[in-house]
Amino acid sequence: MTKTVNDFIIRFANVNGTGSASANYLFAKAIFRMGIPVTPKNIFPSNIQGLPTWYEVRVSEKGYLGRREGIDILVSVNPQSMAQDIKSVKPGGYFMYDSTKKLPTPYFREDIHYLGVPMMEMSNEAFSDPRKRQLLKNIIYVGALAKLLNMDYSEIEKLVGEQFEGKKQLIDANIQALKLGMDYVEANFDYPLSFHLERRNLIKDKILVDGNTACGLGAVYGGATVMAWYPITPSTSVAEAFEHYCEAYRTDPETGEKKFAIIQAEDELAAMGMVIGANWNGARGFTATSGPGVSLMNEFLGLAYFAEVPAVLVDVQRTGPSTGMPTRTQQSDILLAAYASHGDTKHVLVFPATPHECFEMTAESFDLAERLQTPIMVMTDLDLGMNDHISEPFHWDQKRKYDRGKVLNAEELEHIGRFGRYLDVDGDGIPYRTYPGTHPTKGSFFTRGTSRDEYAAYTEDGAAYKRNMDRLMVKWETAKKVVPKAHLYQKENKSEIGILFYGTSTFSAEEAKDILEENGIIVDAIRIRAFPFGEEVVQFIHSHSTVFVIEQNRDAQLRSMMIMELETNPAKLIPVLNYDGMPITADAIKNQILKHLNLENTQHHELSKTAL
Amino acid sequence: MSYLKPLFRHPKLPKNKLGYTQKEYEGSLSTLCAGCGHDSISAAIVQACFEMSVEPHKVAKISGIGCSSKTPTYFLGNSHGFNSVHGRMPSVATGASMANKDMVYFGVSGDGDSASIGMGQFVHVIRRNLNMVYIVMNNGCYGLTKGQDSATADQGSRSKAGSVNPFQAIDLASLAIELGATFVAQSFSGDKQQLVPLIKAAMHHKGFAFLNVISPCVTFNNNPGSTKSYDYVREHIEATSTLDFVPEMPEIKTNYEKGKSTRVAMHDGTLIQLNKLATDWNPEDRVSVANALQHARTKNEILTGLLYVNTEWKDLHGTLSTCSTPLNKLKETDLCPGTEVLKEINAGYR
Repeated sequence: MTKTVNDFIIRFANVNGTGSASANYLFAKAIFRMGIPVTPKNIFPSNIQGLPTWYEVRVSEKGYLGRREGIDILVSVNPQSMAQDIKSVKPGGYFMYDSTKKLPTPYFREDIHYLGVPMMEMSNEAFSDPRKRQLLKNIIYVGALAKLLNMDYSEIEKLVGEQFEGKKQLIDANIQALKLGMDYVEANFDYPLSFHLERRNLIKDKILVDGNTACGLGAVYGGATVMAWYPITPSTSVAEAFEHYCEAYRTDPETGEKKFAIIQAEDELAAMGMVIGANWNGARGFTATSGPGVSLMNEFLGLAYFAEVPAVLVDVQRTGPSTGMPTRTQQSDILLAAYASHGDTKHVLVFPATPHECFEMTAESFDLAERLQTPIMVMTDLDLGMNDHISEPFHWDQKRKYDRGKVLNAEELEHIGRFGRYLDVDGDGIPYRTYPGTHPTKGSFFTRGTSRDEYAAYTEDGAAYKRNMDRLMVKWETAKKVVPKAHLYQKENKSEIGILFYGTSTFSAEEAKDILEENGIIVDAIRIRAFPFGEEVVQFIHSHSTVFVIEQNRDAQLRSMMIMELETNPAKLIPVLNYDGMPITADAIKNQILKHLNLENTQHHELSKTAL
Repeated sequence: MSYLKPLFRHPKLPKNKLGYTQKEYEGSLSTLCAGCGHDSISAAIVQACFEMSVEPHKVAKISGIGCSSKTPTYFLGNSHGFNSVHGRMPSVATGASMANKDMVYFGVSGDGDSASIGMGQFVHVIRRNLNMVYIVMNNGCYGLTKGQDSATADQGSRSKAGSVNPFQAIDLASLAIELGATFVAQSFSGDKQQLVPLIKAAMHHKGFAFLNVISPCVTFNNNPGSTKSYDYVREHIEATSTLDFVPEMPEIKTNYEKGKSTRVAMHDGTLIQLNKLATDWNPEDRVSVANALQHARTKNEILTGLLYVNTEWKDLHGTLSTCSTPLNKLKETDLCPGTEVLKEINAGYR
């Protein structure tokens, strides 16, 4: 049997609400600590207790962090999904199950290996408390896997010690459960398996964290003081992270006074209203939501665009439309966000791809929002937000200052002539604003969603309205120069073919690029990091004859935006899509690209025949 | 338009403690219909702020959409204003208040804006006891869209077009009391004597101060058969009390009959002196107030005055324990935990 080192996929089939999450996390984190790239993904139902849930861990020596099809090892502790789970194992793969109960005959497959471990039985014998029996059953399979996959036991032991610091009884029970699993494998199976692990030093200073935590922390570093939100999967943990870090670093330990205000609003409309009120009054405010929330916030987003009030919105996208699949991932709010609200509106979007970027871009969004006096939407998704990812560590320059944008203080108001809130003084389309309460007699103005002139006075004069709308487009041009630049993967073009992607499609797109290269197809690549698109994006599109636009939605939304905004020939932008709610895979990208290239060849061939 | 405002001001106009005349508290020319109740309320706000020597720029005016929500343009021209979206003034006011606790927030809304499209936000801003003055200019109809019945129109009230409203009215004052609003008053736009001290007291109240002001719509709801017309309101008004707002603590000198005078101390040391006219009513007892309102309704009376006050409950800033410095005054050094802390945080994710 050929040995495969540090390159396999293991899937855990659990029942949600049974404590499997921490056991599975322990497994993944131990591999991370062994210096090996690992990508864990939760596949969970919109339910709290009793339904099937899966945890998939990809181990990749080459550092590919995207999802891959095909399961090498399946750990089954959920009878409900067992039939389906057995089918999902790749030929030659392993199926580990709880052999306390005999496996029904129809579940036998000739082409896979079975590893029966009597987890429940061992747990029942070793522990008396029913809850403990259930929880530690999960640890038993971690122990068994440790042996089977050649994991470093000392790393697991250390992690258990960290998790239950100071709780000796719990540590002892967990260690006992781990040993039960290990001993059982030693006594009953050949080990390690053909797929197994070897310690490496590939992680360096990287961290393992989820994107939502990074967004919440980014907002703390970015100086957000007001957060208003309404609970919605998968964005809730952004608010939780913000609160956690604010409690830790913004609360006076003696008085308990807080340098932040978090309000759980009555709905997303109110959440956005609060964010706008706070920003209007000179505080950095933000909200976190998902697609249905963005739908509700549309009216307010239009107001903020037109009245030019900064705001930051973190959109952790999930599978729509409507309630869709609330616990599955998608990049399908792009169009909704970019053109949110009635009338002529366009919004600035940023697309983080890693937790490092979630942190950085959330923090930067507050600068952008105040610089541009407009809402900024951070377009992350469930995959990035709720799953742990290996990432560059968070970075903050100690000398970094917040860019509060064009705000006049009392002294400046004394020395300028007539203050015009919507007057384009600098020619960049961005006017000056004042905070309420600045000066007793100068600089006050009326903010409104109705049309007004340069001095904020209500007007229904069509010429004044048009001047204002045109100035907003000047500002849009300015935005193109200040938003995060796209990332180019090559200094000079090497191919007529380009691939273009953003957000969580990145990991699989990078992998697909390598696979294509192995097959002799060289492609150039660009990762979009913001909307509006900058000059580098225009150049990339213009300098390639075909650009594959990779995204996770049905309607090729970013592609539509490129056609609309860049006046690109639609024929050269080929959609590569995935929208089943699971993260896109490198194989899916590669196959769609190959299919298209082959089709093209065939077509050319046919055409030349006809010509003859 | 209601009236033309002369630009000329008498040079000897009286000045307040800050040296401002009433002019510094006025706004732009009103574009509402001549005789609109809302303009009287705007004038009462101007007078209250002038007399209280509030710094005009320390007030923020926030409104939703509708005739009432247009009024913030017509008072306090040196204050920042925000005409937001329909029914959502409370959330904008909440965010603004969170940003800067050191300002006075005037929320102006109407019966459509609060009792229909904005009911959810009205309810929840009360629950949070946001420190603000919330005025509903209540005319029982949608003026800007030409007179449709609103949710506060009384059952049986007749519109200008002659149709009779078949639905029960939402009584915003009763609702506010039920929800735990900590200051609830009711008044009439035509009664400046009562309205001005009520606005002053509302501004001093640390918490949610609700003023439901019946404000007749002269164009669409001032006809016979309407229960929000000037004539009807004047005939059915029943004051619970006369009210004095006492800015400082003077010696108690009362001419009122013993047992009929109540004083309520506000957070900032000011006092409200209530001289009760209704004997079965206690302004600090929610049950008593709720009963009095129910009784009045059965008699087709509109109870006015300060109906309920509670100075015990924390406002939203108190509940959230926000620091004494307004959040919008905090700098990087206050807000950003810094590079060293980030190194520790990174280490925790390894």
